Amino acid sequence: MDAFDLTPVKLAIEKYIPLGRSGLLPALHAAQNIYGWVPEPVAAEIARALRVPLSDAHGVIEFYSLFYDKPTSKRVIRVCTDAACALKDADGILSRLRARHGLQPHQTPEDLSLTIEPSPCLGLCDHAPAVWTTDNGVSVVNEKGIPPSPVYGSLRLLTKNCGGETTSLKKYGEYAGLKKAKTLSREKVVDEIKASGLVGRGGAAFPAGIKWEGALKAQGDAKYVVCNADESEPGTFKDRILLLDDPHRTIEGMCIAAHAIGATKGYIYIRGEYPYIVPVLENAVNEAREAGYLEDFDIEIRVGAGAYICGEETALFESIEGKRGFPRVKPPFPTTHGLFGKPTVINNVETLCNVPLIISMGAAEYRKIGTEKSPGPKLFCLSGDVARPGVYEVPFGVTLRDLLEMAGGVADGGTLKSVLFGGAAGAFATSAHLDVKLTFEDLRESGLPLGSGVVMVFDETRDMRQVLKSLARFFAHESCGKCYPCQMGTQRQKEILDRVAEGEIRGGDFVRLQDVGWTMTDASLCGLGQTAASAVLSAMKLWPELFQG
Amino acid sequence: MFTLIVDGKEITIEDGKTILEAARENGIDIPTICWHAATTANGLCRMCVVEIEGVRLLQPACIVKAGKDMKVQTRSERVIRARRTILELLASTMDLSDAPEVLAMMDEYGASAERFPDAARRESEVKDDNPMYIRDYSKCLLCWRCVQVCAEDAQYTYAINFDGRGFKTQIGTFFDKPIPETTCVLCGQCVGVCPTGALKPKRQYLLEQGVSAEEISVMNTGRKRRKS
Repeated sequence: MDAFDLTPVKLAIEKYIPLGRSGLLPALHAAQNIYGWVPEPVAAEIARALRVPLSDAHGVIEFYSLFYDKPTSKRVIRVCTDAACALKDADGILSRLRARHGLQPHQTPEDLSLTIEPSPCLGLCDHAPAVWTTDNGVSVVNEKGIPPSPVYGSLRLLTKNCGGETTSLKKYGEYAGLKKAKTLSREKVVDEIKASGLVGRGGAAFPAGIKWEGALKAQGDAKYVVCNADESEPGTFKDRILLLDDPHRTIEGMCIAAHAIGATKGYIYIRGEYPYIVPVLENAVNEAREAGYLEDFDIEIRVGAGAYICGEETALFESIEGKRGFPRVKPPFPTTHGLFGKPTVINNVETLCNVPLIISMGAAEYRKIGTEKSPGPKLFCLSGDVARPGVYEVPFGVTLRDLLEMAGGVADGGTLKSVLFGGAAGAFATSAHLDVKLTFEDLRESGLPLGSGVVMVFDETRDMRQVLKSLARFFAHESCGKCYPCQMGTQRQKEILDRVAEGEIRGGDFVRLQDVGWTMTDASLCGLGQTAASAVLSAMKLWPELFQG
Repeated sequence: MFTLIVDGKEITIEDGKTILEAARENGIDIPTICWHAATTANGLCRMCVVEIEGVRLLQPACIVKAGKDMKVQTRSERVIRARRTILELLASTMDLSDAPEVLAMMDEYGASAERFPDAARRESEVKDDNPMYIRDYSKCLLCWRCVQVCAEDAQYTYAINFDGRGFKTQIGTFFDKPIPETTCVLCGQCVGVCPTGALKPKRQYLLEQGVSAEEISVMNTGRKRRKS
């Protein structure tokens, strides 16, 4: 242990000391950049410097998949094994890669030359099969570099600047929406967002204006605006493209939200699997600062460390506060007791990207896009067996058939078997749903969630039991372990679906799976557990024969 | 004071009480596992879930405040299914032999310990590394009470926290250090609140292992320390 020279870590974490415990994740990231992992004396040094109890600091390292308390290489290859990549033989790629380097699962050679790991969804379903390599802090996707952004659809409002290079502030132009918002009272801005009918695009579809109103009315000496860029729902990659290609749209949205509620501080919490977006964001925030947009409101970028649960808003707050990403009991809600216990507006990237649009064009004009009950443009993430995977911007109200036609139909002229809607936490549709309009109200009627806009396509050759196995593996890996139904239920669901995928179905498995699924749905503490069986239960309705021996 | 209806029975309670308090004060039993009077309720075990009219999902009675005119069912079909399944999940995961209250609940709810065949269990070696208590995490049901009393709920010692995540969560120390190398002050509060024998006084553990009281007293003089 004496071999570790602590001087570099002391220097690297100096700037995080004033943050106290909230500096824990940034400090751990800094340490890993130096050592590749967090050796015990390094963890102790960080804990001492930030005044965090040693056991708590270790608990945090243990929680996040991208932090290591055991020797790990500075060169890590991560192979995405989730749904869209699994269709492209991700498990085979992983085992061949290991064989080529002579590594067993969970093995890092003594010289720490290479670590190879399976990974949950990397948000690269448009580039499946996806492999993310980090080598001494440099990230490369599929051995090429930063992933390109395939953008299609019938609208180019949110994606106006997407599909090419990162849009500089010069090209983005002035923050016209913010300029207009500043001529309006806080209440008027909130009213405009309410009138627009904007609902959250992260998955929960909560009305954004109601959130803003709550935070505006809440009493607090400090208020926060948080951008949820922890996009981790399998099949979702729209926020990656929005942030990478057009970071100013999100930042402008945050500035407008800050003006509306009177916040002086904002955070962008971006998932740890998107490190190549971080410098883009840093640069954009600097540009905005230099242009004078961040004079009474500043933005800090925080990077997650491999935990799907941190996309849950209260778990995300805990993570910024330097803790394990356990979701909090609600109420109280973030609008009154959010980040650091203060009134907070937390919105998804795509939600925030709608904000400058609404303020610039006015709610009435905005509502002309989409349908009456689902106004506005919407991004869908098409992946799987589809000819042209990518992000599709369309008005709410197009049908699934329209969307698939835009994407060139099923890949290789195949026939549609099913579509996973809304992500791992979503539900399956079949060709019977092709003419369902993609709106909140129509989908709800068909029992399909819009979720985060995932449309993952499976052709008729696919074994849905293998798909379910990969979804179940995801939730078992990502459950935080706080509440019992999800902590143990996701594990049992995985075990049963592993069996089902191997054709080793036991008597009673159908009811067993239902009991686990319903219990997780009905009794879990947060949205993760409440939706961990959603896709499985929908598959059991559509294809009961798959689960009976 | 206000009135609500629990299982069809009108009950009148003071403001600010949880559904659990309201029910228990009126002789209505709602089971709990993680809940303890001395620790902050976190709604972990979900055994206390109840059905509230007009609310989509089951709600934890230990946290949710009773409300005026609320209609609560503590034994609906959904509630029973959730409780039975949670108990079956527990029994398939851990050693409940030292948790008589949970075993009694299993009887009451008709939960089968064999419901999940070939299920992975959380098993670990007994950690016997200090003179005061042993840690047998095969018997731990992650009620968090020990972590809470070690921290802000009582002692502010922060000797223990969590290892792993999800199903693989376990209570642990900084880099798995033995207790004497942590901040533990051997206050014993964690042992006092443990519901399952995962934390046990060393003396009790040794007696159960068949070590005689005489032998234990020799160990405790320090002349013949047991190798840890």
